[in-house]
Amino acid sequence: MLFVIIFIATFCSGFLFTWWAAAIIAFVATIYAGRTAAQSFWSGFLAVAAVWGVHALLKSVPNDHILADRVAKMVHLPGWIWLLVITMLIGGIVGGMSALSGLLVKRAFTHV
Amino acid sequence: MKYFKAIFSVAVTLALIWALQHRFELLSNLPLGNFLNPANGFWQNSESKHILVAEDLKIEGLQQPVTIRFDSNMIPHIFAKNNHDLYLAQGYITARDRLWQMDIQTRSASGRLSEVVGPKALEVDRYHRRMGMVYGAENTLKGMMKDPVMREVINAYTEGVNSYIRNLSPRDYPIEFKILDYAPEEWKPINCAFLLKLMSETLAGGSDEFLMTSTLKKFGAATVKDLFPDYPFREDPIIPVGTKWDFKPLPIPQPSKTFLAEQSDIKTIQKVEGIGSNNWVIAGSKTASGYPILANDPHLNLTLPSIWYQMQLEAPGVNVYGVTLPGAPCVVIGYNNKISWGVTNVDADVLDWYQIKFKDNTKNEYWYNNKWNKVTRRVEVINIRGEKPLYDTVLYTHHGPVVYENAGKKPADSYENIPVGTALRWIAHDESNEFKTFYLLNRGKNYDDYREALTYYTAPAQNFIFASADKDIAITPNGKLPLKFKDQGKFILDGTDPANDWHGWIPASQNPTAKNPAQGYLSSANQSSTDPSYPYYINWQFGPYERGKRINTRLAAMQKATVDSMRVLQTDNYSIFAQDVLAEMLKYIDPTKLDETQIQVLNILKSWNKRFDADEVGATIFNTWWLNFYTQTWQDQFGKLTDNNNLKWPSRDRTVQLLLKDPTSKWFNNTKTPVVETAGEVLSNSFAATVSQLMHKYGKPGNSKWQWGNVKETYINHLANIPGFGLGKFKAGGTGSTVNALVDGHGPSWRMVVQLGPNVKGYGIFPGGESGNPGSYFYDDMLKTWQDGKLNELLFMQSPNEQSNKIKSTLTLSAK
Repeated sequence: MLFVIIFIATFCSGFLFTWWAAAIIAFVATIYAGRTAAQSFWSGFLAVAAVWGVHALLKSVPNDHILADRVAKMVHLPGWIWLLVITMLIGGIVGGMSALSGLLVKRAFTHV
Repeated sequence: MKYFKAIFSVAVTLALIWALQHRFELLSNLPLGNFLNPANGFWQNSESKHILVAEDLKIEGLQQPVTIRFDSNMIPHIFAKNNHDLYLAQGYITARDRLWQMDIQTRSASGRLSEVVGPKALEVDRYHRRMGMVYGAENTLKGMMKDPVMREVINAYTEGVNSYIRNLSPRDYPIEFKILDYAPEEWKPINCAFLLKLMSETLAGGSDEFLMTSTLKKFGAATVKDLFPDYPFREDPIIPVGTKWDFKPLPIPQPSKTFLAEQSDIKTIQKVEGIGSNNWVIAGSKTASGYPILANDPHLNLTLPSIWYQMQLEAPGVNVYGVTLPGAPCVVIGYNNKISWGVTNVDADVLDWYQIKFKDNTKNEYWYNNKWNKVTRRVEVINIRGEKPLYDTVLYTHHGPVVYENAGKKPADSYENIPVGTALRWIAHDESNEFKTFYLLNRGKNYDDYREALTYYTAPAQNFIFASADKDIAITPNGKLPLKFKDQGKFILDGTDPANDWHGWIPASQNPTAKNPAQGYLSSANQSSTDPSYPYYINWQFGPYERGKRINTRLAAMQKATVDSMRVLQTDNYSIFAQDVLAEMLKYIDPTKLDETQIQVLNILKSWNKRFDADEVGATIFNTWWLNFYTQTWQDQFGKLTDNNNLKWPSRDRTVQLLLKDPTSKWFNNTKTPVVETAGEVLSNSFAATVSQLMHKYGKPGNSKWQWGNVKETYINHLANIPGFGLGKFKAGGTGSTVNALVDGHGPSWRMVVQLGPNVKGYGIFPGGESGNPGSYFYDDMLKTWQDGKLNELLFMQSPNEQSNKIKSTLTLSAK
């Protein structure tokens, strides 16, 4: 449930807002639907990582990864896949930490 | 506890987001989250291979709709209904493809790089400010804005660029903005002037005066006169020898007393070869079509994005195709239905240094014209990313800025060619209106229009070559050329004496020019503008003559020439230099004294075809041998080239002359050895050194590593040297002294051939692509064709509705 909410909202926000909108979404969504720390963190992590991966691929596949390969060379990585993995990891950590924060804030003010 | 947990977790998350928004030296200096996220990071710059066939955009400032058709190389063909909209669209479209390039080039010229890259660019910024680039651009802007036509052009262009910028959100920024983490700023009319200053710096910003002055002090006037003559031993000048000067010259100024004293007293950034260009034109009498053919290939730094941007501009009164400079209106090199023109650098001496005598350490007054004169001060504010701004005060005399008033102000290990305590007089400081020349050429119909257009041109002086459908051909070394006494500015000048000032200008109508000569062709390759019969002094040294000689020899031999004859000549690797000296050099080598490997190398060289083709081994041997010979000849007396002892080495031309005419000259004697050497010994020694040097580096002779294309460094890097964004090193033929002057990171930045006639046909190519975006299919799509030495047939449309299978998409711009 939590994963689905964060995934859909983050996916849509990516076309309109700046990247840290994902953090706000994960935070708010967890206040609404978060239950345990692990469930919150991993829902946030996986949802945002997945959205970032999909968004990146939506741009990079029709480009035959020309740019991603050039940028990989710039930062001395072996290929575009690595950039995708790092992108997803960063998105995941931000999503996971925001979701966890949402849960902990909810717990601070309610008796869940 | 639960409160603590919540606060801690939120704090960690916020810190994480903050960190991902900011730059850290450790992480390639990238704001990782900002850069990598797909919402507005670099992934957004990946352009799809699917092109929109039709697009409508509403933009600010247009008066009427503009149609832009893009061909298969994404070259825009702009059709507007008036001048204002034409240049507005030019600005808009150029910015769409090249915004970051426009930003960084004008930042560089205006000394504002530190604002975005921090303190490491500070000395470059200071140098540009102290050279008076901003001061010069302000003066040029004044000149452009006084002219109502050019004011409209510049303002419309600026409006177009800004229409594009204002619609950008961070996700749309070109990738370099995201890498360097800054935002585009509004374009200003003065930025167009900065581009001209940048060109002046590249082409007319070097000076040997400091080196020549130290050389004069060390060796004395007689030796300097002998080793640094005012006219080369071998020359094939741009204006054909024997051309009559059809004017009454102004009185030639007299040398100042200080100058004469310097000349009789026996006691007071060398230029890079290869930054030059070729252009030529062949008359209808010598072509297959019966109409002239014009060719041009400017040699400049080769970068991605390319220095040039191709465009067609059409509006009532104008329909022109060619290359533009991103950030400047009009077409710079190109053609229309009636005429074609091209440019190469003149190398006129338009930059002089004046020794300043200050009254005291306050440096408030300086001695000039027998009295103390007030120094004016200009404060340059250099903003530095992450640091406090630097306030740099530059002293201005009536000559110009004192670039480094004392040694303490001059950075160590750079700008060696700038003498301390001297003021700079530079043509790039003067009020000017160069774009008017291009504006008029874009609309030109005949020879008279060409001559009229040239009168507006100031700097950097260019050899303007011309051909028309009326079958006229012409060339004019053209610019605002100072009226000087002979050799004025060959050395640093005494700034106290008004007799050393520039004495006015050579009248534009008296700039050297030639029209429809009997020989049936005209050309330029940066060599001397004229033979010594021209009454005025332009400079004492020009580009070496070999490229010009080869071009003229080939053009003279041509009959029924075609576009392809010109293309082949543009990529010609034959070495006139080797033709001039190789046989003579080989004469001194005695095979009986050589070992087996040396004989093998000698034989390769003897059978070499004198071409600097990529797979020639002979070219490598010859080039290395000459460099060793040249170095061994001069190094003992002039110090190592890298020594920074501020001496100028004699030219290749003078060295060739000594070898051919005076092989026992004292200059061949190595003063560090007890025996007396002549050219023969130096050649034998340098040949042996060459063989062991090449063996050591590349292994056994004949091995493919010895091939010229592998030995020569040729590369195309990204404009900011970002790894992965350039082409890197590649195998190629050519050298600085061949027509195909491709060497290091510079060479033919645009090759164009235009066949004039009732239906003009243009061909052209540049190494790169139209887009400045490394994530675009059109970032480097023309590279391969350029590397193969081929040209693209250019699509020159006569109306927006013309049908062509080359048209891939149409963009309609209308007013918002």
